[in-house]
Amino acid sequence: MNGETAIRVAGIGKRYRLGQTLDWGRSIRRALGKPSENAAGEIWALREVSFEVPRGTVLGIIGRNGAGKSTLLKILTRVTEPTVGRAELRGRVGSLLEVGTGFNPELTGLENIYLNGAILGMRKAEISRKLEEIVEFSGVRAFLETPVKRYSSGMHVRLAFAVAAHLDPEILLIDEVLAVGDAAFQRRCLGKMDEVAKGGRTILFVSHNMGAIRRLCPQCLWLNEGRIAALGNTEEVIAQYFDAVNSDELLPDQRPGHTGIRITRVTVSDTQGLPCQQFAHGDDIAVRIHYEALGRIVRPRFNLSVSGGHGLLFGANMVLDDIRPEAIEGTGVITCRFRKVPLLPQTYTLSLTVYDATGEEYVAPPIPNVASFRIQGDALALGYTGESADKYLENSYTIRVPYDWVFPDGSIGTPKWATGGPARFEDSHD
Amino acid sequence: MLNTPVTIIQPSDGWRSLDLRELWDRRELLYFFAWRDLKVRYKQTLFGVLWAVAGPLASMVVFTFVFDKMAGLPSDGLPGPIFYLSGLVIWRYFANALSAASNSLVGNQTILTKVYFPRLIIPLSSCITGFADFFVALGVMLVLMAYYGILPGIAMLLLPFLLLLTMASALGAGLFFASLNVKYRDVGYILPFLLQLWMFCTIIVPYSEVAQRGGAWRFVYGLNPMGGVVEAFRWCLLRGAMTGPGNANATWILLGTGVPVALFILAAGLLYFKRLEKMFADIV
Repeated sequence: MNGETAIRVAGIGKRYRLGQTLDWGRSIRRALGKPSENAAGEIWALREVSFEVPRGTVLGIIGRNGAGKSTLLKILTRVTEPTVGRAELRGRVGSLLEVGTGFNPELTGLENIYLNGAILGMRKAEISRKLEEIVEFSGVRAFLETPVKRYSSGMHVRLAFAVAAHLDPEILLIDEVLAVGDAAFQRRCLGKMDEVAKGGRTILFVSHNMGAIRRLCPQCLWLNEGRIAALGNTEEVIAQYFDAVNSDELLPDQRPGHTGIRITRVTVSDTQGLPCQQFAHGDDIAVRIHYEALGRIVRPRFNLSVSGGHGLLFGANMVLDDIRPEAIEGTGVITCRFRKVPLLPQTYTLSLTVYDATGEEYVAPPIPNVASFRIQGDALALGYTGESADKYLENSYTIRVPYDWVFPDGSIGTPKWATGGPARFEDSHD
Repeated sequence: MLNTPVTIIQPSDGWRSLDLRELWDRRELLYFFAWRDLKVRYKQTLFGVLWAVAGPLASMVVFTFVFDKMAGLPSDGLPGPIFYLSGLVIWRYFANALSAASNSLVGNQTILTKVYFPRLIIPLSSCITGFADFFVALGVMLVLMAYYGILPGIAMLLLPFLLLLTMASALGAGLFFASLNVKYRDVGYILPFLLQLWMFCTIIVPYSEVAQRGGAWRFVYGLNPMGGVVEAFRWCLLRGAMTGPGNANATWILLGTGVPVALFILAAGLLYFKRLEKMFADIV
């Protein structure tokens, strides 16, 4: 491997054994360290995974739950061993598989900074040197002497991320750390990761947040059922991923044995009710949710949200509207019809959550990226006439709202596409 | 670029090697884990470290009453409280270190499954944390000796060696039970019971009594690594006050078998631990 390759993975595979039956002979043999020959109840979480990451690359890793993403990171961080294969990492490795690993609730914030830092691989002197920065970034300065168990969950996460963000490795492996924390915090984390990435570090970043993957990672790896499904340019890989997600295949059972509801399929369709992935700006879009209720579910609350660009855009939430079916039973379809969707050309994803009547318990666990659709159209068709508008339009805004500009001389400039509606602003005379 | 560390990841067959250099690199973590356990230990207790004193003292009172006053068991001519407390002080370090180490992997499973570092650090730090309670109890012992007018002699310099030997046995057995505990939580139920029995075999009957019963008994007694340690611990602290057959000879003989046994336990525990280490994160 040459000096420009930071990570090389060759033929990595990981096998787990399932079904913990208590067979005494086997148990004792295994306790004595002898491998058992029994091949029943095995699952390969990863299979024949090979790829290389050049130094300074930020590689996103996507895939459904259970696709092997976390297992891959656990192997690369040496938490667990591969069953077969080999990997080489060139440079100091830092990992963040969880925010706040080893935080002790009884210890104060300050004490936990040191403890967590040491667990992540920092030296004491290094932590002391970066202490001021860490405290500043965390924003919990006033509570440094308070036991962490008295922290709000937000403070807890901020402090934990602050420590991890100041790890200074050449290779950084990150697993879905953005799943926690509020939007403002997530923005800050992304900003910090951006900074780290620009510093020439090699990063492997697992996430379900396609916005974050798009923003941070020029390259992307898609894992499906333990194998590499695609590797390359992020936009292309994500497009392939969504195509696969939208295929007619049934969704995997979200929680086997869970009593509630199983979402079997979510499809996007046009006004005619025909399945469709491509729409134009301003089209009506229907989202059909196929379900299979395991029993009678009274007044469930569906929450459908649409994400794109760098985050959540809009949605339909039965809790807000107080519109709900009285009860659902057996199999059926619930359709949500969005009118005149004001989205600009990009790919968008849908997430779905179903709560019970009280709105507090999940009837179905949240399903991120359950379906997707694409808004198409070139700049001219949308009324953008500027120079290189096509180039600027790509991956810029997601939604547009009509506006005009009032210039110093009082003249008004209205975009071509925003004409028609009467302006209701009072003239300003200042 | 020449100094870039290269990490090679591949399946290890059999035993993982004991990487002492890596262990040394992460010695600060050893310190942090021990420090954390100490800090957390007596949090939200009213009497705090007094519990480290109360435990051995309570056992001492019960043992003196039952074995000395009622059963009239011999105690090498030492006052009952002194005889039993001396045994308890060193025994309790052993028992505490052993059970802490045995529970350490399971107790730290959230860390184990998320971050890599030499796993040996976890049980090792448990053994180090136990020193704190030991020194508190040793202080109580010295006060009690002063009360009985017993002065420790120069032989007290042997104490660090005895402590190290105890730690070797506790760590060795602790590594074995900790590895087993990862898969079979039965360890948590067996261990207190086992330690109770082991204690009665170790600190109640003085070796001088055993020695009179002949070679076979002596041999069996010598297999207990803590037998020699307790005997030597008493001898080096209380030599001046001992009467009867409790003597230096017996101590050296017992240590002579105790040291190899302790080293064997440590080596076996380490081997077993290293054998199963790679599976900890998957099955804990």
